[in-house]
Amino acid sequence: MLKRTLIALAALAALGVVAFGALAWRAPIAPITPPAASSFAPALVAQGETLAAAGNCATCHTRRDGAPFAGGLAMQTSFGTIYSTNITPDPETGIGAWSEDAFRRALHEGVARDGGHLFPAFPYDHFTKLSDTDVHALYAYLMTRPPVHAPAKASKLPFPLNLRALQAGWKLLFFRPGRFQPSPAHDQQWNRGAYLAEALGHCGACHTPRNALGAEKRNQAYAGAPIDNWTAPPLTAANPSPAPWTTPELLAYLGSGVSPLHGVAAGPMAPVVHAGLAKLPEADLRAVVAYIETVGGGDARAAATAPAVSRALAADRLGLGATYDADARLYTAACASCHYNAGAAPNAARPDLALNSAVSLPDPTNLIRVTLYGVGANEGAPGIVMPGFGAGFSDADVARIAAYLRRTRTSLPPWSNLEQKVAAIRAQGRGE
Amino acid sequence: MISLRINGRSVAVDADEDTPLLWVVRDEIGLTGTKFGCGIGMCGACTVHVGGRATRSCITPLGAVAGADVTTIEGLDPAGQHPVQKAWISLQVPQCGYCQSGQIMQAAALLKDFPDPSDQDIDAVMTGNLCRCMTYVRIRAAIKQAAAELKGAAGRE
Repeated sequence: MLKRTLIALAALAALGVVAFGALAWRAPIAPITPPAASSFAPALVAQGETLAAAGNCATCHTRRDGAPFAGGLAMQTSFGTIYSTNITPDPETGIGAWSEDAFRRALHEGVARDGGHLFPAFPYDHFTKLSDTDVHALYAYLMTRPPVHAPAKASKLPFPLNLRALQAGWKLLFFRPGRFQPSPAHDQQWNRGAYLAEALGHCGACHTPRNALGAEKRNQAYAGAPIDNWTAPPLTAANPSPAPWTTPELLAYLGSGVSPLHGVAAGPMAPVVHAGLAKLPEADLRAVVAYIETVGGGDARAAATAPAVSRALAADRLGLGATYDADARLYTAACASCHYNAGAAPNAARPDLALNSAVSLPDPTNLIRVTLYGVGANEGAPGIVMPGFGAGFSDADVARIAAYLRRTRTSLPPWSNLEQKVAAIRAQGRGE
Repeated sequence: MISLRINGRSVAVDADEDTPLLWVVRDEIGLTGTKFGCGIGMCGACTVHVGGRATRSCITPLGAVAGADVTTIEGLDPAGQHPVQKAWISLQVPQCGYCQSGQIMQAAALLKDFPDPSDQDIDAVMTGNLCRCMTYVRIRAAIKQAAAELKGAAGRE
Protein backbone atom coordinates (compact mmCIF):
# COMPACT_ATOMS: atom_id res chain seq x y z
CA MET A 1 0.00 0.00 0.00
CA LEU A 2 2.77 2.39 1.09
CA LYS A 3 4.78 1.49 -1.94
CA ARG A 4 1.84 2.23 -4.22
CA THR A 5 1.25 5.59 -2.56
CA LEU A 6 4.91 6.47 -2.92
CA ILE A 7 4.89 5.53 -6.58
CA ALA A 8 1.75 7.56 -7.13
CA LEU A 9 3.27 10.56 -5.34
CA ALA A 10 6.49 10.26 -7.30
CA ALA A 11 4.54 10.04 -10.54
CA LEU A 12 2.50 13.09 -9.55
CA ALA A 13 5.64 15.02 -8.67
CA ALA A 14 7.24 14.03 -11.96
CA LEU A 15 4.12 15.10 -13.79
CA GLY A 16 4.23 18.41 -11.94
CA VAL A 17 7.84 18.97 -12.93
CA VAL A 18 7.04 18.15 -16.55
CA ALA A 19 3.99 20.43 -16.52
CA PHE A 20 5.98 23.27 -14.93
CA GLY A 21 8.79 22.65 -17.38
CA ALA A 22 6.32 22.98 -20.24
CA LEU A 23 4.97 26.18 -18.72
CA ALA A 24 8.44 27.59 -18.14
CA TRP A 25 9.98 26.55 -21.43
CA ARG A 26 10.56 29.27 -24.00
CA ALA A 27 12.16 28.52 -27.34
CA PRO A 28 15.50 30.11 -28.11
CA ILE A 29 15.38 32.60 -30.95
CA ALA A 30 18.09 31.95 -33.54
CA PRO A 31 21.13 34.20 -33.31
CA ILE A 32 21.69 36.74 -36.06
CA THR A 33 24.74 38.49 -37.43
CA PRO A 34 24.58 42.02 -35.97
CA PRO A 35 23.00 44.32 -38.56
CA ALA A 36 25.21 47.12 -39.83
CA ALA A 37 24.65 50.39 -37.98
CA SER A 38 24.02 52.03 -41.36
CA SER A 39 20.97 49.82 -41.86
CA PHE A 40 19.03 51.86 -39.29
CA ALA A 41 17.52 55.21 -40.30
CA PRO A 42 19.13 58.09 -38.35
CA ALA A 43 15.71 59.51 -37.44
CA LEU A 44 14.71 56.17 -35.93
CA VAL A 45 17.97 55.98 -33.97
CA ALA A 46 17.42 59.52 -32.67
CA GLN A 47 13.91 58.60 -31.57
CA GLY A 48 15.31 55.53 -29.84
CA GLU A 49 17.88 57.69 -28.07
CA THR A 50 15.16 59.84 -26.52
CA LEU A 51 13.18 56.77 -25.51
CA ALA A 52 16.24 55.05 -24.02
CA ALA A 53 16.94 58.21 -22.01
CA ALA A 54 13.38 58.48 -20.70
CA GLY A 55 13.45 54.77 -19.90
CA ASN A 56 16.75 55.24 -18.04
CA CYS A 57 18.29 52.18 -19.69
CA ALA A 58 21.82 53.48 -19.22
CA THR A 59 21.38 54.18 -15.51
CA CYS A 60 21.11 50.48 -14.63
CA HIS A 61 22.99 49.03 -17.60
CA THR A 62 26.18 51.03 -16.96
CA ARG A 63 28.50 50.51 -14.04
CA ARG A 64 30.41 53.37 -12.50
CA ASP A 65 33.19 54.47 -14.85
CA GLY A 66 32.09 51.72 -17.26
CA ALA A 67 31.22 51.97 -20.94
CA PRO A 68 27.60 53.01 -21.54
CA PHE A 69 25.15 50.08 -21.72
CA ALA A 70 27.90 47.51 -21.06
CA GLY A 71 26.24 46.42 -17.81
CA GLY A 72 27.90 45.16 -14.65
CA LEU A 73 26.15 47.46 -12.17
CA ALA A 74 25.54 45.60 -8.93
CA MET A 75 21.96 45.72 -7.69
CA GLN A 76 21.36 44.80 -4.10
CA THR A 77 17.93 43.20 -3.87
CA SER A 78 16.38 41.63 -0.81
CA PHE A 79 17.05 38.26 -2.48
CA GLY A 80 20.74 38.74 -3.27
CA THR A 81 23.03 40.70 -5.57
CA ILE A 82 22.45 40.64 -9.28
CA TYR A 83 24.35 42.46 -11.99
CA SER A 84 22.92 44.33 -14.93
CA THR A 85 23.74 42.90 -18.33
CA ASN A 86 25.56 44.15 -21.38
CA ILE A 87 23.05 45.58 -23.88
CA THR A 88 25.59 46.83 -26.40
CA PRO A 89 25.48 45.01 -29.76
CA ASP A 90 28.48 42.80 -28.96
CA PRO A 91 27.47 39.41 -30.42
CA GLU A 92 29.20 37.34 -27.72
CA THR A 93 28.53 39.21 -24.48
CA GLY A 94 25.86 41.74 -25.45
CA ILE A 95 22.73 41.65 -27.59
CA GLY A 96 24.44 41.76 -30.97
CA ALA A 97 23.03 38.33 -31.90
CA TRP A 98 19.51 39.32 -30.89
CA SER A 99 16.99 39.84 -33.64
CA GLU A 100 14.35 42.50 -33.13
CA ASP A 101 11.92 39.67 -32.32
CA ALA A 102 14.22 38.48 -29.54
CA PHE A 103 14.64 42.04 -28.23
CA ARG A 104 10.88 42.61 -28.30
CA ARG A 105 10.25 39.34 -26.47
CA ALA A 106 12.71 40.38 -23.74
CA LEU A 107 10.90 43.69 -23.21
CA HIS A 108 7.39 42.36 -23.56
CA GLU A 109 7.75 38.97 -21.86
CA GLY A 110 10.97 39.04 -19.85
CA VAL A 111 12.61 36.23 -21.81
CA ALA A 112 16.19 36.35 -23.11
CA ARG A 113 17.13 35.34 -26.65
CA ASP A 114 18.26 31.91 -25.45
CA GLY A 115 14.83 31.31 -23.90
CA GLY A 116 15.94 31.89 -20.28
CA HIS A 117 13.60 33.86 -18.04
CA LEU A 118 14.89 37.27 -16.97
CA PHE A 119 14.75 38.37 -13.35
CA PRO A 120 12.16 41.08 -12.68
CA ALA A 121 14.88 43.51 -11.56
CA PHE A 122 14.65 44.16 -15.29
CA PRO A 123 11.30 45.96 -15.28
CA TYR A 124 9.66 43.98 -18.08
CA ASP A 125 6.46 44.20 -16.05
CA HIS A 126 6.49 47.83 -17.22
CA PHE A 127 8.13 47.38 -20.63
CA THR A 128 5.44 44.87 -21.60
CA LYS A 129 3.26 47.94 -22.09
CA LEU A 130 5.64 49.48 -24.67
CA SER A 131 4.30 49.85 -28.19
CA ASP A 132 5.96 47.86 -30.96
CA THR A 133 6.88 51.18 -32.62
CA ASP A 134 8.83 52.30 -29.57
CA VAL A 135 10.50 48.90 -29.20
CA HIS A 136 11.51 49.20 -32.87
CA ALA A 137 13.16 52.58 -32.19
CA LEU A 138 14.87 51.36 -29.00
CA TYR A 139 16.27 48.40 -30.91
CA ALA A 140 17.63 50.71 -33.60
CA TYR A 141 19.30 52.88 -30.98
CA LEU A 142 20.90 50.07 -28.98
CA MET A 143 22.07 48.16 -32.07
CA THR A 144 23.89 51.27 -33.29
CA ARG A 145 25.88 51.77 -30.03
CA PRO A 146 29.55 50.83 -30.02
CA PRO A 147 29.77 47.11 -29.17
CA VAL A 148 31.62 46.44 -25.92
CA HIS A 149 32.99 43.04 -24.95
CA ALA A 150 31.86 42.71 -21.33
CA PRO A 151 30.77 39.27 -20.08
CA ALA A 152 27.89 39.27 -17.64
CA LYS A 153 28.76 38.80 -13.99
CA ALA A 154 27.10 35.83 -12.33
CA SER A 155 24.36 36.87 -9.94
CA LYS A 156 24.68 35.98 -6.27
CA LEU A 157 21.28 34.55 -5.54
CA PRO A 158 20.75 31.65 -3.16
CA PHE A 159 19.30 28.36 -4.42
CA PRO A 160 16.52 27.97 -5.57
CA LEU A 161 16.03 31.67 -6.42
CA ASN A 162 18.86 31.41 -8.92
CA LEU A 163 16.85 28.97 -11.07
CA ARG A 164 15.60 31.01 -13.96
CA ALA A 165 12.90 28.46 -14.81
CA LEU A 166 11.23 29.24 -11.49
CA GLN A 167 10.72 32.79 -12.76
CA ALA A 168 7.90 31.30 -14.82
CA GLY A 169 6.07 30.73 -11.55
CA TRP A 170 6.65 34.35 -10.52
CA LYS A 171 5.27 35.47 -13.84
CA LEU A 172 2.23 33.26 -13.43
CA LEU A 173 1.54 34.88 -10.08
CA PHE A 174 2.35 38.52 -10.75
CA PHE A 175 3.03 39.31 -14.40
CA ARG A 176 0.27 40.66 -16.63
CA PRO A 177 1.66 40.86 -20.16
CA GLY A 178 0.08 43.24 -22.62
CA ARG A 179 0.44 46.61 -24.32
CA PHE A 180 -0.64 49.89 -22.70
CA GLN A 181 -4.38 50.48 -22.87
CA PRO A 182 -5.38 54.16 -22.88
CA SER A 183 -8.11 55.15 -20.46
CA PRO A 184 -11.16 56.62 -22.19
CA ALA A 185 -11.89 58.61 -19.02
CA HIS A 186 -8.85 60.81 -19.65
CA ASP A 187 -7.63 63.03 -22.45
CA GLN A 188 -4.85 62.31 -24.90
CA GLN A 189 -2.19 64.21 -22.94
CA TRP A 190 -2.91 62.28 -19.74
CA ASN A 191 -2.84 58.98 -21.60
CA ARG A 192 0.45 59.88 -23.23
CA GLY A 193 1.84 60.69 -19.77
CA ALA A 194 0.45 57.47 -18.33
CA TYR A 195 2.12 55.52 -21.12
CA LEU A 196 5.47 57.26 -20.59
CA ALA A 197 5.34 56.84 -16.80
CA GLU A 198 3.91 53.31 -16.65
CA ALA A 199 5.54 51.67 -19.64
CA LEU A 200 8.78 53.48 -20.43
CA GLY A 201 9.71 55.42 -17.28
CA HIS A 202 8.72 52.55 -14.95
CA CYS A 203 8.18 55.06 -12.10
CA GLY A 204 6.43 52.37 -10.07
CA ALA A 205 9.56 50.22 -10.03
CA CYS A 206 10.90 52.53 -7.31
CA HIS A 207 7.83 54.37 -6.01
CA THR A 208 5.50 51.38 -5.54
CA PRO A 209 6.07 49.06 -2.58
CA ARG A 210 6.80 45.42 -3.35
CA ASN A 211 5.50 42.25 -1.76
CA ALA A 212 7.56 39.49 -0.15
CA LEU A 213 8.30 38.02 -3.58
CA GLY A 214 9.41 41.33 -5.02
CA ALA A 215 6.33 42.12 -7.11
CA GLU A 216 4.82 45.60 -7.09
CA LYS A 217 1.68 45.74 -4.96
CA ARG A 218 -0.97 46.74 -7.45
CA ASN A 219 -3.31 48.05 -4.78
CA GLN A 220 -0.61 50.38 -3.42
CA ALA A 221 0.59 52.00 -6.62
CA TYR A 222 3.01 54.90 -6.00
CA ALA A 223 2.64 54.64 -2.21
CA GLY A 224 6.40 55.08 -1.73
CA ALA A 225 9.05 52.45 -1.02
CA PRO A 226 12.65 51.94 0.08
CA ILE A 227 15.03 51.69 -2.87
CA ASP A 228 18.83 51.40 -3.07
CA ASN A 229 19.29 52.60 0.52
CA TRP A 230 17.07 55.63 -0.13
CA THR A 231 13.36 56.26 0.29
CA ALA A 232 11.30 56.81 -2.85
CA PRO A 233 8.59 59.11 -1.44
CA PRO A 234 4.91 58.50 -2.15
CA LEU A 235 3.61 60.14 -5.30
CA THR A 236 0.08 59.88 -3.95
CA ALA A 237 -1.73 62.35 -1.70
CA ALA A 238 0.12 60.57 1.15
CA ASN A 239 3.27 62.47 0.18
CA PRO A 240 4.12 64.39 3.35
CA SER A 241 5.60 67.53 1.75
CA PRO A 242 3.84 70.51 3.36
CA ALA A 243 3.40 72.19 -0.03
CA PRO A 244 1.41 70.09 -2.49
CA TRP A 245 3.04 68.82 -5.67
CA THR A 246 1.25 71.07 -8.12
CA THR A 247 1.72 71.13 -11.89
CA PRO A 248 4.34 73.95 -11.82
CA GLU A 249 6.31 72.21 -9.05
CA LEU A 250 6.28 68.86 -10.89
CA LEU A 251 7.25 70.53 -14.14
CA ALA A 252 10.22 72.29 -12.55
CA TYR A 253 11.35 69.21 -10.62
CA LEU A 254 10.97 66.63 -13.39
CA GLY A 255 12.16 68.96 -16.14
CA SER A 256 15.20 70.52 -14.46
CA GLY A 257 15.85 68.68 -11.20
CA VAL A 258 15.15 71.83 -9.19
CA SER A 259 11.83 72.97 -7.78
CA PRO A 260 11.22 76.10 -5.74
CA LEU A 261 9.32 74.32 -2.96
CA HIS A 262 10.45 70.71 -3.02
CA GLY A 263 14.20 70.87 -3.32
CA VAL A 264 16.28 69.02 -5.86
CA ALA A 265 16.36 65.57 -7.43
CA ALA A 266 18.98 63.71 -5.39
CA GLY A 267 20.03 60.10 -4.99
CA PRO A 268 18.59 57.63 -7.48
CA MET A 269 16.17 60.31 -8.72
CA ALA A 270 19.03 62.48 -10.02
CA PRO A 271 19.74 60.39 -13.14
CA VAL A 272 16.01 59.82 -13.67
CA VAL A 273 15.69 63.56 -14.22
CA HIS A 274 19.05 64.61 -15.64
CA ALA A 275 19.76 61.63 -17.88
CA GLY A 276 16.12 60.89 -18.60
CA LEU A 277 13.10 63.12 -18.24
CA ALA A 278 15.05 66.28 -19.03
CA LYS A 279 15.75 64.84 -22.49
CA LEU A 280 12.06 64.41 -23.32
CA PRO A 281 10.39 66.81 -25.73
CA GLU A 282 8.45 69.51 -23.86
CA ALA A 283 5.08 68.03 -24.83
CA ASP A 284 6.03 64.62 -23.44
CA LEU A 285 7.38 66.12 -20.20
CA ARG A 286 4.11 68.00 -19.77
CA ALA A 287 2.21 64.78 -20.41
CA VAL A 288 4.17 62.96 -17.68
CA VAL A 289 3.45 65.87 -15.32
CA ALA A 290 -0.26 65.79 -16.21
CA TYR A 291 -0.39 62.11 -15.32
CA ILE A 292 1.70 62.24 -12.13
CA GLU A 293 -0.27 65.27 -10.91
CA THR A 294 -3.43 63.20 -10.93
CA VAL A 295 -1.72 60.48 -8.87
CA GLY A 296 -1.31 62.92 -5.97
CA GLY A 297 -4.00 65.44 -6.84
CA GLY A 298 -1.73 68.35 -5.91
CA ASP A 299 -3.47 71.02 -7.98
CA ALA A 300 -6.71 70.61 -6.04
CA ARG A 301 -4.77 71.32 -2.83
CA ALA A 302 -2.84 74.30 -4.22
CA ALA A 303 -4.34 76.56 -1.54
CA ALA A 304 -2.20 74.75 1.04
CA THR A 305 0.96 76.18 -0.54
CA ALA A 306 0.83 79.73 0.82
CA PRO A 307 0.39 78.79 4.51
CA ALA A 308 3.09 76.12 4.19
CA VAL A 309 5.47 78.68 2.71
CA SER A 310 4.82 81.22 5.47
CA ARG A 311 5.37 78.56 8.14
CA ALA A 312 8.63 77.59 6.45
CA LEU A 313 9.87 81.16 6.26
CA ALA A 314 8.97 81.72 9.92
CA ALA A 315 10.96 78.59 10.85
CA ASP A 316 13.95 79.98 8.97
CA ARG A 317 14.10 82.85 11.48
CA LEU A 318 14.42 80.47 14.44
CA GLY A 319 17.59 80.02 16.41
CA LEU A 320 19.59 82.82 14.75
CA GLY A 321 21.86 85.08 16.77
CA ALA A 322 22.90 84.34 20.33
CA THR A 323 21.15 81.25 21.67
CA TYR A 324 21.68 78.57 24.27
CA ASP A 325 20.15 75.97 21.95
CA ALA A 326 23.22 74.01 20.89
CA ASP A 327 21.23 72.19 18.18
CA ALA A 328 20.21 75.52 16.67
CA ARG A 329 23.80 76.77 16.78
CA LEU A 330 25.05 73.65 15.01
CA TYR A 331 22.31 73.94 12.37
CA THR A 332 22.90 77.64 11.77
CA ALA A 333 26.67 77.28 11.50
CA ALA A 334 26.60 74.24 9.22
CA CYS A 335 23.44 74.62 7.16
CA ALA A 336 21.89 78.11 7.24
CA SER A 337 24.46 79.75 4.96
CA CYS A 338 22.84 77.83 2.12
CA HIS A 339 19.37 76.88 3.40
CA TYR A 340 18.17 80.07 5.09
CA ASN A 341 15.43 81.95 3.25
CA ALA A 342 13.78 85.32 3.77
CA GLY A 343 11.38 87.48 1.83
CA ALA A 344 8.13 86.40 0.24
CA ALA A 345 9.14 83.01 -1.17
CA PRO A 346 12.01 80.54 -0.85
CA ASN A 347 14.82 80.78 -3.37
CA ALA A 348 15.01 77.57 -5.43
CA ALA A 349 18.81 77.68 -5.10
CA ARG A 350 18.41 77.71 -1.31
CA PRO A 351 16.30 74.57 -0.79
CA ASP A 352 14.02 75.29 2.15
CA LEU A 353 14.22 72.32 4.47
CA ALA A 354 10.86 72.98 6.13
CA LEU A 355 9.26 72.24 2.77
CA ASN A 356 11.44 69.30 1.79
CA SER A 357 9.99 65.81 2.03
CA ALA A 358 13.32 64.59 3.47
CA VAL A 359 12.35 66.28 6.75
CA SER A 360 8.71 65.19 6.76
CA LEU A 361 8.96 61.56 5.60
CA PRO A 362 8.32 58.92 8.28
CA ASP A 363 11.87 57.67 7.72
CA PRO A 364 14.96 59.93 8.06
CA THR A 365 17.04 58.04 5.47
CA ASN A 366 17.00 60.65 2.71
CA LEU A 367 17.90 63.50 5.06
CA ILE A 368 20.74 61.52 6.65
CA ARG A 369 22.13 60.39 3.28
CA VAL A 370 22.21 63.91 1.88
CA THR A 371 23.76 65.29 5.09
CA LEU A 372 26.48 62.62 5.09
CA TYR A 373 27.26 62.42 1.40
CA GLY A 374 26.05 65.70 -0.14
CA VAL A 375 24.77 66.26 -3.65
CA GLY A 376 27.17 66.37 -6.62
CA ALA A 377 27.28 68.90 -9.44
CA ASN A 378 25.80 66.32 -11.83
CA GLU A 379 22.88 65.66 -9.49
CA GLY A 380 20.31 68.03 -7.98
CA ALA A 381 20.73 71.54 -9.36
CA PRO A 382 23.20 71.14 -12.24
CA GLY A 383 26.61 72.71 -11.58
CA ILE A 384 25.92 73.32 -7.88
CA VAL A 385 27.07 71.08 -5.05
CA MET A 386 26.18 70.41 -1.48
CA PRO A 387 29.23 69.06 0.30
CA GLY A 388 28.72 65.99 2.46
CA PHE A 389 29.33 66.50 6.17
CA GLY A 390 30.07 62.82 6.81
CA ALA A 391 33.82 63.22 7.05
CA GLY A 392 33.71 65.90 9.74
CA PHE A 393 30.52 65.22 11.64
CA SER A 394 30.04 62.45 14.14
CA ASP A 395 26.92 60.29 13.98
CA ALA A 396 25.66 62.28 16.96
CA ASP A 397 26.10 65.62 15.13
CA VAL A 398 24.20 64.41 12.07
CA ALA A 399 21.48 62.97 14.31
CA ARG A 400 21.22 66.30 16.16
CA ILE A 401 20.70 68.26 12.98
CA ALA A 402 18.07 65.79 11.78
CA ALA A 403 16.27 65.87 15.14
CA TYR A 404 16.45 69.68 15.24
CA LEU A 405 14.91 70.03 11.78
CA ARG A 406 12.19 67.53 12.60
CA ARG A 407 11.44 69.39 15.86
CA THR A 408 11.44 72.92 14.46
CA ARG A 409 10.28 72.42 10.86
CA THR A 410 7.43 69.95 11.32
CA SER A 411 4.77 69.06 13.86
CA LEU A 412 5.41 65.36 13.20
CA PRO A 413 6.58 62.87 15.83
CA PRO A 414 10.36 62.78 16.36
CA TRP A 415 12.40 60.12 14.59
CA SER A 416 13.61 57.35 16.87
CA ASN A 417 17.11 55.85 17.14
CA LEU A 418 18.53 58.54 14.90
CA GLU A 419 22.14 58.06 15.87
CA GLN A 420 21.98 54.32 15.14
CA LYS A 421 20.36 55.07 11.79
CA VAL A 422 23.16 57.51 10.92
CA ALA A 423 25.74 54.85 11.85
CA ALA A 424 23.93 52.27 9.72
CA ILE A 425 23.74 54.59 6.70
CA ARG A 426 27.39 55.51 7.14
CA ALA A 427 28.21 51.80 7.09
CA GLN A 428 26.26 51.37 3.83
CA GLY A 429 28.50 53.96 2.19
CA ARG A 430 27.63 56.43 -0.49
CA GLY A 431 26.80 53.73 -3.04
CA GLU A 432 27.43 53.79 -6.76
CA MET B 1 41.52 62.75 -14.71
CA ILE B 2 38.70 64.98 -13.53
CA SER B 3 37.94 68.15 -15.48
CA LEU B 4 36.47 71.35 -14.12
CA ARG B 5 36.86 75.09 -14.55
CA ILE B 6 38.63 77.22 -11.98
CA ASN B 7 38.32 80.98 -12.39
CA GLY B 8 37.22 80.48 -15.99
CA ARG B 9 40.18 78.27 -16.86
CA SER B 10 39.64 74.62 -17.77
CA VAL B 11 41.73 72.32 -15.66
CA ALA B 12 42.12 68.54 -15.64
CA VAL B 13 43.26 67.18 -12.31
CA ASP B 14 44.88 63.80 -11.84
CA ALA B 15 43.83 63.15 -8.27
CA ASP B 16 41.57 60.74 -6.46
CA GLU B 17 37.94 61.79 -6.64
CA ASP B 18 37.79 61.87 -2.83
CA THR B 19 40.47 64.58 -2.72
CA PRO B 20 39.01 67.72 -1.17
CA LEU B 21 38.56 70.57 -3.63
CA LEU B 22 40.59 72.77 -1.27
CA TRP B 23 43.64 70.52 -1.72
CA VAL B 24 43.24 70.75 -5.49
CA VAL B 25 42.87 74.52 -5.47
CA ARG B 26 45.86 75.13 -3.21
CA ASP B 27 48.30 72.31 -3.97
CA GLU B 28 47.51 71.26 -7.54
CA ILE B 29 46.50 74.61 -9.06
CA GLY B 30 48.59 76.74 -6.71
CA LEU B 31 45.92 79.27 -5.75
CA THR B 32 46.67 79.79 -2.08
CA GLY B 33 44.23 82.61 -1.35
CA THR B 34 41.71 80.04 -0.15
CA LYS B 35 42.58 78.94 3.39
CA PHE B 36 42.40 75.75 5.39
CA GLY B 37 40.67 76.27 8.71
CA CYS B 38 38.89 73.43 10.43
CA GLY B 39 38.68 70.83 7.66
CA ILE B 40 35.12 69.84 8.58
CA GLY B 41 33.06 72.60 6.96
CA MET B 42 32.44 74.46 10.20
CA CYS B 43 34.55 77.63 9.96
CA GLY B 44 34.13 78.94 6.41
CA ALA B 45 37.80 79.82 5.76
CA CYS B 46 37.84 77.57 2.68
CA THR B 47 34.73 79.06 1.04
CA VAL B 48 34.79 79.21 -2.76
CA HIS B 49 31.98 79.49 -5.28
CA VAL B 50 30.76 76.42 -7.16
CA GLY B 51 28.26 77.35 -9.85
CA GLY B 52 28.10 80.77 -8.20
CA ARG B 53 27.09 79.36 -4.80
CA ALA B 54 29.26 79.65 -1.70
CA THR B 55 30.69 76.20 -0.98
CA ARG B 56 33.04 74.87 1.71
CA SER B 57 35.86 73.45 -0.37
CA CYS B 58 37.46 71.47 2.46
CA ILE B 59 34.57 68.98 2.54
CA THR B 60 33.71 69.08 -1.16
CA PRO B 61 35.29 66.09 -2.92
CA LEU B 62 36.84 66.63 -6.33
CA GLY B 63 34.49 64.01 -7.81
CA ALA B 64 31.46 66.11 -6.85
CA VAL B 65 32.63 69.13 -8.86
CA ALA B 66 33.47 67.33 -12.12
CA GLY B 67 32.40 69.65 -14.92
CA ALA B 68 31.51 72.47 -12.51
CA ASP B 69 32.59 76.11 -12.44
CA VAL B 70 34.70 76.99 -9.41
CA THR B 71 35.60 80.55 -8.47
CA THR B 72 38.19 81.30 -5.81
CA ILE B 73 39.03 84.62 -4.18
CA GLU B 74 41.59 85.18 -6.96
CA GLY B 75 38.83 84.98 -9.56
CA LEU B 76 36.09 86.94 -7.80
CA ASP B 77 37.06 90.10 -9.66
CA PRO B 78 39.90 90.38 -12.18
CA ALA B 79 41.25 93.50 -10.46
CA GLY B 80 40.33 92.62 -6.90
CA GLN B 81 37.70 95.36 -7.07
CA HIS B 82 34.52 93.46 -6.23
CA PRO B 83 32.29 95.78 -4.15
CA VAL B 84 32.81 93.50 -1.13
CA GLN B 85 36.59 93.70 -1.57
CA LYS B 86 36.43 97.49 -1.89
CA ALA B 87 34.30 97.77 1.25
CA TRP B 88 36.73 95.42 3.01
CA ILE B 89 39.59 97.79 2.33
CA SER B 90 37.77 101.03 2.96
CA LEU B 91 36.45 99.84 6.33
CA GLN B 92 39.71 98.06 7.21
CA VAL B 93 37.76 94.93 8.06
CA PRO B 94 40.48 92.32 8.63
CA GLN B 95 42.71 92.06 11.63
CA CYS B 96 44.85 88.95 11.11
CA GLY B 97 43.15 88.32 7.75
CA TYR B 98 43.18 84.54 7.78
CA CYS B 99 39.39 84.16 7.42
CA GLN B 100 38.86 87.01 5.02
CA SER B 101 38.94 85.24 1.66
CA GLY B 102 36.23 82.90 2.94
CA GLN B 103 34.28 85.79 4.45
CA ILE B 104 34.45 87.76 1.21
CA MET B 105 33.37 84.81 -0.94
CA GLN B 106 30.46 84.08 1.38
CA ALA B 107 29.47 87.77 1.50
CA ALA B 108 29.61 88.11 -2.30
CA ALA B 109 27.31 85.10 -2.62
CA LEU B 110 25.03 86.48 0.09
CA LEU B 111 24.50 89.71 -1.82
CA LYS B 112 23.36 87.83 -4.92
CA ASP B 113 20.52 86.22 -2.94
CA PHE B 114 19.87 89.11 -0.55
CA PRO B 115 20.66 92.38 -2.36
CA ASP B 116 19.40 94.39 0.60
CA PRO B 117 20.32 92.17 3.56
CA SER B 118 18.91 92.73 7.02
CA ASP B 119 21.05 92.09 10.10
CA GLN B 120 19.16 88.83 10.48
CA ASP B 121 19.96 87.77 6.91
CA ILE B 122 23.64 88.52 7.52
CA ASP B 123 23.61 86.60 10.82
CA ALA B 124 21.96 83.59 9.23
CA VAL B 125 24.15 83.36 6.16
CA MET B 126 27.48 84.45 7.72
CA THR B 127 27.31 82.47 10.99
CA GLY B 128 29.19 79.59 9.36
CA ASN B 129 32.16 81.91 8.73
CA LEU B 130 34.16 82.32 11.92
CA CYS B 131 36.50 85.21 12.66
CA ARG B 132 38.69 84.58 15.68
CA CYS B 133 39.70 88.24 15.75
CA MET B 134 36.02 89.06 16.29
CA THR B 135 35.73 91.55 13.44
CA TYR B 136 32.07 90.65 12.99
CA VAL B 137 30.83 94.21 13.44
CA ARG B 138 33.06 95.46 10.64
CA ILE B 139 32.15 92.47 8.45
CA ARG B 140 28.48 93.36 8.79
CA ALA B 141 29.19 97.04 8.01
CA ALA B 142 31.23 96.08 4.94
CA ILE B 143 28.44 93.87 3.63
CA LYS B 144 25.98 96.73 3.97
CA GLN B 145 28.36 99.15 2.27
CA ALA B 146 28.89 96.70 -0.60
CA ALA B 147 25.12 96.20 -0.86
CA ALA B 148 24.67 99.95 -1.15
CA GLU B 149 27.31 100.16 -3.89
CA LEU B 150 25.73 97.26 -5.80
CA LYS B 151 22.29 98.86 -5.50
CA GLY B 152 23.69 102.17 -6.69
CA ALA B 153 25.27 100.44 -9.66
CA ALA B 154 22.01 98.69 -10.42
CA GLY B 155 20.18 102.03 -10.17
CA ARG B 156 22.55 103.71 -12.65
CA GLU B 157 22.17 100.97 -15.29
